[in-house]
Amino acid sequence: MKLITEVTGSGLPLLLDDIDTDRIIPARFLRCVTFDGLGEHAFEDDRQQDHTHPFDDPHYQGASVLIAGRNFGCGSSREHAPQALMRWGIEAIIGESFAEIFFGNCTTLGVPCVCASRSDLEKLAALAKAESEMPVTVDLANHQVRAGHLTVPVTILDSARAALTTGKWDFLGQLLEGAVAVRETAATLPYMTGFKA
Amino acid sequence: MTDRRNLFNKVWDLHTVRTLGSGQTQLFIGLHLIHEVTSPQAFSILRDRNLTVLFPERTLATVDHIVPTDIQLRPFADELAEQMMSAVEKNCRDFGVRLFDLKDSRQGVVHIVGPEQGLTQPGMTIACGDSHTSTHGAFGSIAFGIGTSQVADVLATQTLALSRPKVKRIEVTGKLRPGVFAKDVILHIIRKLGVQGGVGYAYEYAGEVFDRMSMEERMTVCNMSIEGGARCGYINPDQTTVDYVKGRPFAPQGADFDRAAAWWLSLASSPDAEFDDKITFNGSEIEPTVTWGINPAQSVGVKERLPALASFSNDDQKGISDAFAYMDLKEQQPIEGLKINVAFIGSCTNGRISDLREAAAIARGRKVAAGVKALVVPGSKLVSEQAVSEGLDKVFEAAGFEWRAAGCSMCLAMNPDKLKGREVCASSSNRNFKGRQGSPTGRTLLMSPAMVAAAAINGCVSDVRSML
Ligand code: SF4
Repeated sequence: MKLITEVTGSGLPLLLDDIDTDRIIPARFLRCVTFDGLGEHAFEDDRQQDHTHPFDDPHYQGASVLIAGRNFGCGSSREHAPQALMRWGIEAIIGESFAEIFFGNCTTLGVPCVCASRSDLEKLAALAKAESEMPVTVDLANHQVRAGHLTVPVTILDSARAALTTGKWDFLGQLLEGAVAVRETAATLPYMTGFKA
Repeated sequence: MTDRRNLFNKVWDLHTVRTLGSGQTQLFIGLHLIHEVTSPQAFSILRDRNLTVLFPERTLATVDHIVPTDIQLRPFADELAEQMMSAVEKNCRDFGVRLFDLKDSRQGVVHIVGPEQGLTQPGMTIACGDSHTSTHGAFGSIAFGIGTSQVADVLATQTLALSRPKVKRIEVTGKLRPGVFAKDVILHIIRKLGVQGGVGYAYEYAGEVFDRMSMEERMTVCNMSIEGGARCGYINPDQTTVDYVKGRPFAPQGADFDRAAAWWLSLASSPDAEFDDKITFNGSEIEPTVTWGINPAQSVGVKERLPALASFSNDDQKGISDAFAYMDLKEQQPIEGLKINVAFIGSCTNGRISDLREAAAIARGRKVAAGVKALVVPGSKLVSEQAVSEGLDKVFEAAGFEWRAAGCSMCLAMNPDKLKGREVCASSSNRNFKGRQGSPTGRTLLMSPAMVAAAAINGCVSDVRSML
């Protein structure tokens, strides 16, 4: 698979805390059997109640790097949430922290989620507001985000970074390679044989 | 030398297949539960890549999220729901997976059905495309929610690529006071540790309060681990666990059961087991707890007032003001007496028989307040059957509650049960997120099922202790 060492695109500031996946994609849009078409409904209810929502702001329509707050993606495990963001155009997320299931879902889709400090996020958000065209680069190889004159350090779980930068974020392929070992492990688990003596 | 690994690490080690290049563990999954919402795209991945289900007998499917709880005739009135239902039926048929469909007497919310059938057992790894999979940790298993791509991983390989979390032991000592339930315990823990306190951790719940709890109460606690940011929460297996599993349809029988029970008990963390972090709470200090905000940590004891804005850090104040504004509440106002429009008793958190009994004890001989719509939705058909045999349906109906068929119902907004407009709902479910119950502006107050019944009767948030 594609090696993801760096993502560059304009920034979209959404510096709010505890954004749950119900808000990213409300449950009624989960009535579907494919992920197609979810992009246009990202943050649907928030956008309807706030017409200045950044996802509707003309300045950010081409943006691909989301600048988020703390505990982004908490709540429901729905992969529909990262799928909706990705289909809207988001290719990387910089946040203060991420909920675990959401983080894992993003990695599986090749969308890196990196963590930065609050004050750096505020600087990045301010920059994206002031110059919405300014390219923001999420550099996994060097653990940093660059935008204009700004360079800020970021962190990402080692295993996710390794998977993305070596093109091994298709976990299914790797898991399939372990088939023989899987059967061996299964055979050692007492419940797999019904606890027979 | 005694094994100082905690249960989590023992079970993790037993299920480790190998270490992947990324440093993650390839972990064997003993039980895979699926439902209609997060599985169709996973089966598409299998079809696209020409893969089969490796151990079909290790997966169970049920239907719950989109199921209407009033009229269940097929085809459903909602075309999209009908499409999803047909998809899960076809996928299970094509790939040889057992499905408890709507016609099956065992159908219900996935996290109620697994334990009820004896499929959920101590020492297993359990995964499901649903964040409340943490429920099954009540048995001393490692149980966690996954995304749809991972559902495909489990179907095709019976394994997942995961990083081992740290383990935090949460001890609750002492005794709960009357009118304080398992739901209050977990709401209290989340209030104290925050909605991201558990990120990167599995929670081990231990201490007298959990030792005394029934399995159903333990499930309520573990269910909401994810609301505290912990993907997984568990309680060590003990005699209560063994007694619960015994005799259930998918449990081992006879001498096999005795061997199983011995193995299960051997996995429990020993008294000198090691943890990455520990914290202790005093159970006798826990009050009936009610959420006032838009995440499950935003709660107060029923006799308390809402917090003052100034009591939060500068970084947090924006979010707190947003929560007050959305809920149309003011700092330092009392929560007791707050008017409600809807009362919902059900969900995988509190839709089991003991929950319905506790709520019925409050509803018995009383009437739902005028203007309040009150729903009771059993978590499974078997729960419903049991409740009916005890006459609980009649108790609820006589009080003015609607008695519904099993499903997720108003816990989330994927079926016809939804809030309207700015309605306020007293709910026994697990999430008070903006829009969670189906109206983009609807408001949710989480509390125990007995507290929901009390709110339904009085038309406002009430202290159930005065009605016991
Ligand atoms: S009852 Fe609610 S939380 Fe539980 S599985 Fe259904 S929708 Fe999810």
